[in-house]
Amino acid sequence: MTSVITVPPSLDDHTFEQVVEQLASVPPDAKVLIDARHTRWASPYGLTALLTLGQTREERAAFHAPDAEETASYWARTGFFKYAEELFDLHGSVPRARGGESSVLLEITPVVKSEDVHEVVGRIQQKAQQILAKELNIDAKATVGFAMTLSEVCQNIVEHAGRGGWVAVQTYTWRKRLGRRVVVIAVCDAGCGFRQSLESAPGRVRSDRWDDAEALEEAVVRGVSRFRDPGRGQGLAGVRRYVGRWDGKVSVRSGTARIAIVPSWDDDVPLLEKLAPFPGSQVQVTIPERVAGGPR
Amino acid sequence: MMMHIDLSSVLRQTVSCELYSNLVTRPTGAAVRAQIEALLADARERSLTVIDFSHVGMIDFSCADEVVAKLLLQSVSTERGGREAYFLFRGVTEDHWDAIETVLERHRLALVLETDDGAARIVGIVGDGERAAWEKVYELGRTGPADLASALGADESDALAVLDTLHRRRLVMRTEEGYIAVGGIGIRHD
Repeated sequence: MTSVITVPPSLDDHTFEQVVEQLASVPPDAKVLIDARHTRWASPYGLTALLTLGQTREERAAFHAPDAEETASYWARTGFFKYAEELFDLHGSVPRARGGESSVLLEITPVVKSEDVHEVVGRIQQKAQQILAKELNIDAKATVGFAMTLSEVCQNIVEHAGRGGWVAVQTYTWRKRLGRRVVVIAVCDAGCGFRQSLESAPGRVRSDRWDDAEALEEAVVRGVSRFRDPGRGQGLAGVRRYVGRWDGKVSVRSGTARIAIVPSWDDDVPLLEKLAPFPGSQVQVTIPERVAGGPR
Repeated sequence: MMMHIDLSSVLRQTVSCELYSNLVTRPTGAAVRAQIEALLADARERSLTVIDFSHVGMIDFSCADEVVAKLLLQSVSTERGGREAYFLFRGVTEDHWDAIETVLERHRLALVLETDDGAARIVGIVGDGERAAWEKVYELGRTGPADLASALGADESDALAVLDTLHRRRLVMRTEEGYIAVGGIGIRHD
């Protein structure tokens, strides 16, 4: 029997939880159909997380593309189907990618090794400068920090995940919560996740409460790494600093928990526990358009 | 012995790609540092190396930790035997500074930066006394504890102590004729 997993009409970091909840009762080797027929919009997080979902299935899953031509065409331009066809049996109308997408700063790109991070950073720099300065009114100097942020979150895959993941960067107008343009980095993998990564540290003593939420607090808030090297753990700390400076948001989901550094413009919950389990780590960084009187 | 290392050249040799000009990722940083150490392996008792960032696009935290912090940590380590390695950092811009400053703070390190006009200044974690002493040594040129004490209006023993600290941190060189600030006389504009 095939379990049908329905992708919500609007797929982002919050609504992806509906997908994960549906999957929770389905064994990894069971047949599933990921049904995105009625999906009209997806954030870079949604698209990269769907690809990681494909990685988690022991039995190759089926995937039904969105019925809406415009949506499917957009997904094709982000590079989604290029990687989806390696992971899923695709159904429905899958358009060929034609031409670039102006709102896509970085189309979906696999991150497996250190060289991929070089590639990603090299490709983003020039375009990021244009977008940050012209569309988001952010000082051109912020471009370097943006590239550093992108580099550090991608490196988490290379250094800790134990398997490849994907990154995508996109701008769009976030009407629902913010009413402003944002630039969003999404980095998702289906690797070992934060808890298992930290557990692999030699001589590590676990507390009574040790779980995914505490692992996320340790890594994201306290800069703890599985490596003994005192220079480790600076990457996510640097990401937090950058995000704070530009009134942005960072959220990290891993296992059954999700932690977020929440700016004043958002009403997200800083820590969510006991979520339906999902392998690996899924990171989203959001930098909003700067408005008069906002952070420099 | 004085050496000039263009980091962008080392980077291109390390990652085997002409297109990359960014110092990103920890493995890249570790490889670049290994290359620098190999170049320094033949250095004599005392060496000064200019680490040139002029053609480096950006550097991230992980790479700064490997290239800058670990290089400095090794230079101040007491396990280097009699060999003293000093570094002067050139071509560091705002685009590099965020990452470098972060790792200096993390490891409580300091370094000497060459500024655009060829002058030098110390940055990182430095006490007020150390900064004042370093700037005076830089201004005076080759200096002994007595000269420094007189210039700062301090006791000679205090001047000697701060010179020792700066020497241990590889911010001043100790020669038979006195102390010289890294980036000071005879070592500008190589």
